[in-house]
Amino acid sequence: MTISAPEATTTKLENTGQLGYKKHTDGGWGLVPIQTRSERFASTNVEDFPAVTGREAVWKLTPIDRVADLIDGQLDGGEYAIDATLVNDVDVSWVDRTDARIGTAGTPEERASANAWTQFDKALAITVSGEEPKTVRVRRSELGTSPRAAHVLLEAKPFSTGLVILANAGQARLTENVEIIVGEGANLTVVTVQQWDDDAAHLASHFTTVGRDARVKHVVVTLGGSVVRVNPSTHLNAQGGEVEALGLYFADAGQHLEQQVYVDHDAPHTRSRVTYKGALQGEGARTVWIGDVLIRQSATGTDSYEQNRNLVLTDGTRADSVPNLEIETGDIAGAGHASATGRFDDEQLFYLQARGITEEEARRLVVRGFLTEIVQQIGDAELQERLEIAIEEELNGTNLSTDGR
Amino acid sequence: MAVLEIRDLHVSVETDQGSKPILRGVDLTIRKGETHAIMGPNGSGKSTLAYTIAGHPKYTVNSGSITLDGQDVLAMTVDERARAGLFLAMQYPVEIPGVTVTNFLRTAKTAIDGEAPPIRHWIKDVKSSMKNLRMDSTFAERNVNEGFSGGEKKRHEILQLELLKPTFAVLDETDSGLDVDALKIVSEGVNRAKENTNLGVLLITHYTRILRYIKPDFVHVFVDGRIAEEGGPELADRLEDEGYDRFLVGEATA
Ligand SMILES: Nc1ncnc2c1ncn2[C@@H]1O[C@H](COP(=O)(O)OP(=O)(O)OP(=O)(O)O)[C@@H](O)[C@H]1O
Ligand SMILES: [Mg+2]
Repeated sequence: MTISAPEATTTKLENTGQLGYKKHTDGGWGLVPIQTRSERFASTNVEDFPAVTGREAVWKLTPIDRVADLIDGQLDGGEYAIDATLVNDVDVSWVDRTDARIGTAGTPEERASANAWTQFDKALAITVSGEEPKTVRVRRSELGTSPRAAHVLLEAKPFSTGLVILANAGQARLTENVEIIVGEGANLTVVTVQQWDDDAAHLASHFTTVGRDARVKHVVVTLGGSVVRVNPSTHLNAQGGEVEALGLYFADAGQHLEQQVYVDHDAPHTRSRVTYKGALQGEGARTVWIGDVLIRQSATGTDSYEQNRNLVLTDGTRADSVPNLEIETGDIAGAGHASATGRFDDEQLFYLQARGITEEEARRLVVRGFLTEIVQQIGDAELQERLEIAIEEELNGTNLSTDGR
Repeated sequence: MAVLEIRDLHVSVETDQGSKPILRGVDLTIRKGETHAIMGPNGSGKSTLAYTIAGHPKYTVNSGSITLDGQDVLAMTVDERARAGLFLAMQYPVEIPGVTVTNFLRTAKTAIDGEAPPIRHWIKDVKSSMKNLRMDSTFAERNVNEGFSGGEKKRHEILQLELLKPTFAVLDETDSGLDVDALKIVSEGVNRAKENTNLGVLLITHYTRILRYIKPDFVHVFVDGRIAEEGGPELADRLEDEGYDRFLVGEATA
């Protein structure tokens, strides 16, 4: 049995003066998807993929002309400068393509990802062991402007606990694959933060495989960059595995920020929660969220929920939000999805203003509150504080009281 | 002596079908320290009056005036009205995700006073007001109204009333959905505010039971967008016995 509910809400708000939220909930039962997610072609060799036309499911909402060099071009696949904190029980080192772990978490499903895979020389391997909680920060800020391929291996040994922060800043034209291997009973948090320079381009595919009774929290925070697309997919292929996928993005004028989130429930009693929240402001600010959840026949007792919410702060922006749910078993604990894109809630603003708070400050409070929900769940005070400040700076770039209303 | 004056107020609401008139000539004068009860059947326009005083954008004033000590309230923005000393305890307080009660209260207090409250003093005030309203201290770290029960939302409204110290408060069905204990706690809060700051109160209610705890000086019966009858506290007792039917007869035959 294949039941699926592919539905899309594409909200384009251009001087529409539209108020309130567009709500989207289940309802499309019985619709047949064009192609089930599990049948997507995959290969590590770029030559196996035809030239990208922009009509492919994975490319149709991406400005491919702005990342053509990453899809097709020659890439530098060597080592680059990193800045990593030294932490007990965490090893950070460069490994060869022949490392046995490479390729165990996933395989590219599109050409830019395969291009990176074909051309990388060395992989950055971060290996977490030990049961004590620890935080490791790995920062990349000197990638430069020539197109580059990268491969990151992130392994949490069985029963280990750790929080890994991948912080990205500066210039970049980067296409990369990040393999995340979460061992049995491990508890791993991965946070990738994109605060690139204004003209940077970054395409990333994250492949996570989750061991038995293991738990992974995966957080994507994207604030800076011209085109940034981070596509995290999680394979829950062992019993009791759990993923919490969180995302926060704030798109300014001209920015394209995209995430295609995929959760593959492939074992009994697996659990997933996907929550992505975005804010958009300024002419041409563009965000895309595609959330695919597949619950296979093997995944009995699965519990899954995915949601995306976008807050539109000014005219001239566009947010695409596309949740897809494919269910191949009747025996699940729960599955649902929600998507909403809207402007400020007038009732919230009224309530705050009725307490003496100016309209502009009320708007700030609402946006900050909206995004804080994600920030609060990261679990690292230093990063949380830094992100709160970064969001504040984003907000200072907008005049929230004159959004054309 | 501060005074809130409403004169021949006509208000309509914007609906998909166009503009719908709701208030049809309301006259009301409230002085500081006075408590006025407005009672009326569902749909008579009580909340519309409350929202219009607070400045909700959904309502359009077609004619008439609202003044606070002679100042034109209708010319003020919502936040200016609050800073001028008006407060509305809402019938249905809204949730503000990600904004904690602590942060919200401090932000509001700072906005109303024009400066941040002295921190020690403020924390003490918040704690004791919460305690008086039997609100658990964990509420401080919760998001505004998120997951609050109906009764908790109403207490949170009165908490704001006590801390922000307005000159006039409009309480829109603060009693609805409260059990007897909660009703007493909330009423005590209002009475404390009256005592401490000589608050003027416009108490909107559908039922007479809250009037056992908050004594009105005047009672106004609100029917079909205007005040149909006025009197002292004894009018509330009559309404308790007779209901609103007497006032609705004219409508039914019209
Ligand atoms: N946004 C709106 N759209 C359409 N009609 C409205 C709107 N707001 C208010 N009304 C109508 O205006 C009238 C007065 O509503 P209001 O909420 O002021 O009544 P109320 O006296 O407070 O009633 P209740 O006792 O139920 O709270 C009602 O008929 C109501 O349906
Ligand atoms: Mg009402």
